[in-house]
Amino acid sequence: MSELSWIDLALSSARPQAMGALLRYFRDLDLAEEAFQEACLRAVRAWPDKGPPRDPVAWLIFVGRNSGIDHLRKRARQQPLPPEETLSDLEDVEDDLAERLDGSHYRDDILRLLFVCCHPDLPATQQIALALRIVCGLSVRQIARAFLVSEAAMEQRITRAKARIAAAGLPFETPDAVSRAERLGAVSAMVYLVFNEGYSAGETQRADAPFCEEAIRLARLLLRLFPSEPEIMGLTALLLLQHSRKDARFDADGQIVLLEEQDRSLWDGRMIREALALIDKALRHRAPGPYQIQAAIAALHARATRPEDTDWEEIDLLYQSLERLQPSPVVTLNRAVAVSKRQGPQAALDLIEPLEDRLSGYFYFHGLRGGLLKQLGRDREARAAFERAIALATTPAEAAHIRQHLDGLSRGVVAETK
Amino acid sequence: MLYAVLCYNSEEAVAAWSREEEDRVMSDLAAVERKYAAAGKLGPVARLMPTTAATTLRKAPGETIVVDGPFAETKEQFLGFFLVDMETLDAAIDFAKELAVANPGVGAYEIRPLRVFKPGGALEAL
Repeated sequence: MSELSWIDLALSSARPQAMGALLRYFRDLDLAEEAFQEACLRAVRAWPDKGPPRDPVAWLIFVGRNSGIDHLRKRARQQPLPPEETLSDLEDVEDDLAERLDGSHYRDDILRLLFVCCHPDLPATQQIALALRIVCGLSVRQIARAFLVSEAAMEQRITRAKARIAAAGLPFETPDAVSRAERLGAVSAMVYLVFNEGYSAGETQRADAPFCEEAIRLARLLLRLFPSEPEIMGLTALLLLQHSRKDARFDADGQIVLLEEQDRSLWDGRMIREALALIDKALRHRAPGPYQIQAAIAALHARATRPEDTDWEEIDLLYQSLERLQPSPVVTLNRAVAVSKRQGPQAALDLIEPLEDRLSGYFYFHGLRGGLLKQLGRDREARAAFERAIALATTPAEAAHIRQHLDGLSRGVVAETK
Repeated sequence: MLYAVLCYNSEEAVAAWSREEEDRVMSDLAAVERKYAAAGKLGPVARLMPTTAATTLRKAPGETIVVDGPFAETKEQFLGFFLVDMETLDAAIDFAKELAVANPGVGAYEIRPLRVFKPGGALEAL
């Protein structure tokens, strides 16, 4: 590893803690970001000669805090000083570099930083963009490319998101147990969103903005901060299990390969084993939750060496408990896959037909419905369903996958008429 | 003398390795392992899952307490170990130096002489 790359690693792994602390000091996302950038620049200059400091996070917070204060002083010369209370905690700025914040302090800082990014006023895409920018430190260009928008548009989107957050007010009180749990729930959902953004597009198309890996990094960070939260164990396990299949999910041409057709030897055994270990740990808490159940479902797929070894009965049961905990038509749609394996396509179709109203705009609904109709030999209806799915596809790979089904149908029809 | 060479590093930093870095480090380490294995000096080698997968059982008078997470919250985590049979401490240090060349960067190797060793041998490689 070259010298600069270890610095890079140290900086990116220190980022959430340092940014979290700087946000607490300055109560302003932009100022905290600038201060952190400045601290990183100085680290890149100072560390190669002197070696890494004993506590890189404390170093970055200290240097960042000083540079932020300098910046505020300069700004104050041009405009009146900001009110004293916006500079909270600055009285201890002369404190020794070795100031060590205790673990719980860091924990709330990082949680706040993440929580700020998933403010309920922000649409999901802005939450994801903000988290990737602020917490993970991806560049605007990387995020813009991943979302297929121009850099300027993404810059504007992020600026707007920050303005919205500032207008809504940042949560700076130390959270009590209840609001900590609420924040943790919102943050978990945001991490899941980040992952999904990468997962559904297929990381191959986003080689320079690895959303899935960033999401896993965030999940691990949460797990280190909250080592006894079974749902965080479940979330991390779920992400690892989904990601373990990344090399098998797309073929060489970038086409989707369905679970049943995947080359299971391409699944990442190391990620699967870690996920299974986490699920085991979570189960000991006897506090099931949606992430744990989803992870358990993914684990049943991971445990099956061949598709026909899949325990569909257990998967059906797990989806049923997920329906009870978190009723949603999408969960029922997923359960229908298990039902079709156990009881055939008609039973699955009966289960999903009532969902049409709520899922009429959902790609997977029409894709699954088309597949079931096809199995039942109702080709004309299958074609209509697939055509609706194509219209709703959000990626070329999704559309191409459905088109294959359609082609299959056309060939079938031609064969029949001959 | 049998020595355990214990590997410590920030697991966050190690987890951030790209696949290429990971593969390169592992194959460079494997080259060192092969050399010592050929000389009959290398015993078991283990790499641990992240501390987030750890569970700790604390002994207390009258009862034991099972808690999630690693034994100690530290900047550098215990990530794995090598077991080697060396004539001298210097030889063991040389081995660790070769590991450090194969896997440069930050972190540390702690060299600990063994007091008891039961090789087992019933387990399959992972």
